[in-house]
Amino acid sequence: MTERENHYASGMLDARYIGQVPYGEAWDMQKAYVKQIDGGERAETLLLLQHPPTYTLGSDRHPEHLLLDQEELAARNISVFEIDRGGDITYHGPGQLVGYPLLYLDAVGLDLHAYLRSLEQVIIDWLGGHGIEAGRKPEYTGVWVGDEKIAAIGIKFNKARHRRGFITSHGFALNIKSGIASEGFGGIVPCGIQQFGVTSFNDLTGRSLSVEEAAEELLPYFLKQFRYERTDNGALTQE
Amino acid sequence: MKTMTEIVMPQLAESLVSATIDRWLKQPGDRIDMYEPICELLTDKVNAELPSTVAGTLVKILVGNGENVPVGTPVCIIETEESAANTQELHSSPSVAVETAGQRADDDDSAPMRNRYSPAVQQLASEHGVRLSDLTGTGLGGRVTRKDVLSYVASGKPGASAAAASASGVDPKAQVRSSGIHLSETPRIPKIEVEGTTLPGRGETFIDVTPIRNTIARNMRQSVSEIPHAWTMIEVDVTNLVMLRNKLKNEFMKREGINLTYLAFLLKAVVNAIKDYPIMNSTWAVDKIIVKRDINISLAVGTEDSVLTPVIKNADHKNVAGLAKEIDELARKTREGKLNLSDMQGGTFTVNNTGSFGSILSYPIINYPQAAILTFESIVKRPVVINDMIAVRSMANLCLSLDHRILDGVICGRFLQRVKDNLESFNMESTLY
Repeated sequence: MTERENHYASGMLDARYIGQVPYGEAWDMQKAYVKQIDGGERAETLLLLQHPPTYTLGSDRHPEHLLLDQEELAARNISVFEIDRGGDITYHGPGQLVGYPLLYLDAVGLDLHAYLRSLEQVIIDWLGGHGIEAGRKPEYTGVWVGDEKIAAIGIKFNKARHRRGFITSHGFALNIKSGIASEGFGGIVPCGIQQFGVTSFNDLTGRSLSVEEAAEELLPYFLKQFRYERTDNGALTQE
Repeated sequence: MKTMTEIVMPQLAESLVSATIDRWLKQPGDRIDMYEPICELLTDKVNAELPSTVAGTLVKILVGNGENVPVGTPVCIIETEESAANTQELHSSPSVAVETAGQRADDDDSAPMRNRYSPAVQQLASEHGVRLSDLTGTGLGGRVTRKDVLSYVASGKPGASAAAASASGVDPKAQVRSSGIHLSETPRIPKIEVEGTTLPGRGETFIDVTPIRNTIARNMRQSVSEIPHAWTMIEVDVTNLVMLRNKLKNEFMKREGINLTYLAFLLKAVVNAIKDYPIMNSTWAVDKIIVKRDINISLAVGTEDSVLTPVIKNADHKNVAGLAKEIDELARKTREGKLNLSDMQGGTFTVNNTGSFGSILSYPIINYPQAAILTFESIVKRPVVINDMIAVRSMANLCLSLDHRILDGVICGRFLQRVKDNLESFNMESTLY
């Protein structure tokens, strides 16, 4: 049996870029899609998008890593969500490519950490194509360039109701826009890691790639890593 | 209300101690707008325009074309027509010395510049043991100029050290200083030579020293006179690297449109070794050693008549392909004369690709104030003994000059060994991305 047959169900992926979506809306969307994928009513899906300024607290819950109080948050128009993914606090906002792979993983021989490593590898390979040497930090999930984090990863594995495996939700947040570190990450201790900073693709390369362009570029790396084909080879951005 | 404002040589970069006026863009009498460039500066090997920090009329140029002056030296005087209050505000700007209304009120109206001396004048005066307050200035607003000091000295009222200078046979009229060592002062060697000899002798030609040549000369002299250099060398078997590059170079050219150079692989090997031996990435600061966290590689790039050291910033954040692209871009910018100040700043370790001009051994001078410089010599096929048999291998020498105040033989030996291991571990399976 190949790995393909083993872990990922269909090999067909519905991938699209849906622009800027409020965090709560996208979260509801994920939950609905996970149910539909579980019931076999929907193809496995990769949602690529951006969020308005938002802080999300994962299951590690360290509210002290949020450095702003309610008033400051309101003044900056930043929402806060306590959510059901692994990990600590992180920031989402414009200029960041968020990817939610909603994939069915079969339970036999399933290594949940291998899924995290594969997601990291997609981003590492894409950055490598741009001459950037990115990697992992042994103790921390995510993708790092030197001592600075460029992508955060937080995952939930949803137990399938109708099959024996899991459907993934949440995913990665990859910083593209220059200066994003000072915008949103200034208000938190990202992922509870005090000593390391945050960077972005445009900060590293001096380019001005848009989030949508990044989504277009990243998709082939994702399909290759997880061995999917697109259900529809049309434009990634859909109205 | 009219005010005389001095524009001073700004601190354009942290390590900058002096700069040369390359060319004045404005002449006395010209109107100048705020932030309008007034002259071109040559600093550490690059051109920069000096913007005016005030609006007004250029009254006097104090430092001529081609002259090198320390940071903080007034270079020109601009007459502004702003109110005293505005001038007061401008005073808070760190790079401009502006007379405030208060200061001026204290001064004698007829000679507002009387008690203000430029660093050049102060230095000259102290060398000749002259008390500046004894002098009557002939400069603008009664200001004491270098000429005033020199004519005062020549008029027979010199202090002790000038007398000593006379005794040792130095003509006090000449712009020659009383002691033989002037570490802080830029040598004006070209001026002295050209003035001292009217015409080249038979079989000689004179070459004007360009500001870039002068900067190189000053940096090299500062490095060899301040840093106790030591030198070591190691030889590396790059046979596998040669095969790897031959395998990848055509595809790389097709994909990226640039040459895949050996230098990119060497930089990768050096950067990874620096990560293991961060002390190589440091600088001597008399009472401490400063170890730099960022690995910024200065790359020595030769042109026909000079050598520049543009910087690859955060070289540890790049893979071989990324380094190859950076090398290509910096080399191109150097050749086209398009390097800007930020391309030249922040270097922490220098690599010189001396093999590119056929050298197999060199003794490099450290790029001050770094701790070490490494050269990558020519790759040559040589007979090498492996397991008691003679094989033909592609070999290259790596030479390292080190600041012996910071580094010793053992640590450098280990560092070079690590670079060697990194280079020799490239094989046909290695990737660029």
